[in-house]
Amino acid sequence: MQVRHTQRQGNKIELQMTPMIDIVFQLLVFFIMTFKIVTPEGDFNIRMPIAAPSEGQPDPDLLPPIQVRLQSTGTGHLSAIRMGEKSLGRNFEELNKEIRQIVGPSTGPNVTGAAEIEIDADYALRFEYVMDAITAISGYVGEDGSIITLAEKIKFAPPRKP
Amino acid sequence: MARRKRLRSSGGSAEGDMTPMIDMTFQLIAFFMVLVNFSEVDQNERIRLPLSQLAKPPDAPLPDPITLQLTREGTILLGGQEFSVEQLPVPLRRERQVLENTPGKSVRGATIVIRADMAAKAGIVQEVIRACQDNGFERFALRAKQVAERRPT
Repeated sequence: MQVRHTQRQGNKIELQMTPMIDIVFQLLVFFIMTFKIVTPEGDFNIRMPIAAPSEGQPDPDLLPPIQVRLQSTGTGHLSAIRMGEKSLGRNFEELNKEIRQIVGPSTGPNVTGAAEIEIDADYALRFEYVMDAITAISGYVGEDGSIITLAEKIKFAPPRKP
Repeated sequence: MARRKRLRSSGGSAEGDMTPMIDMTFQLIAFFMVLVNFSEVDQNERIRLPLSQLAKPPDAPLPDPITLQLTREGTILLGGQEFSVEQLPVPLRRERQVLENTPGKSVRGATIVIRADMAAKAGIVQEVIRACQDNGFERFALRAKQVAERRPT
């Protein structure tokens, strides 16, 4: 009853903002401190079971894998790209063009992903060049920004021990 | 002016309006809360991933991922421990046993995520893949950092 009486008198109840602002700033500082700009990462999925000993005759429809050879300099940098017997210099664009000619885009009439590519890299070659080769083999970015898939079956040759 | 003078003279306190500041602060908190990323389990500052134009983040999470981080020195980080390529079969066998003893999971269904440093040797990556294959793993995901433009060679 006493409370009602004071309300009738028109006294204002002031909210204490200070604790709330304290907590809010604490939260803000926490999130600012833990904030980290993370660039997106993506995967190249490779299905590579261990080579089982072939039983019987190999499938005649199955194309032999296309060999992509990556040679390295003494320091691990790329010295040459070869596809089969053809030398492509050090240009992954050329490799991409060659793969496009052989495999064709996924939207085309060619059977996509049927061709198997085997990457045979020198032991000391830096992994970034292998990733460049996988990128050139896997596909390319079309004019509209969409990814056009080329070969999906990628495997690695046994390591060339120095 | 007249009102303020009157207030001051009568001893009333001039309080600033806190509402815009609180609004902005909450907006900032909401912004940072949405962008905060605690999933740093599979990331390591020692690894500088290679760049690729086609490395798009996966639409769905990979099935039973096991992350192997390859440093530029040629060592492998798995579950907070560092191994050499020769030592790698031991923890892989352990992972395989865990998968085999878990109902509904299999070694063939699991994915080995390889986060290799851009300067790691290709041969080491191949040896790691070979060691995983020897333990029955078939699915591999080579991780790269997404870039907008193709890297010049």
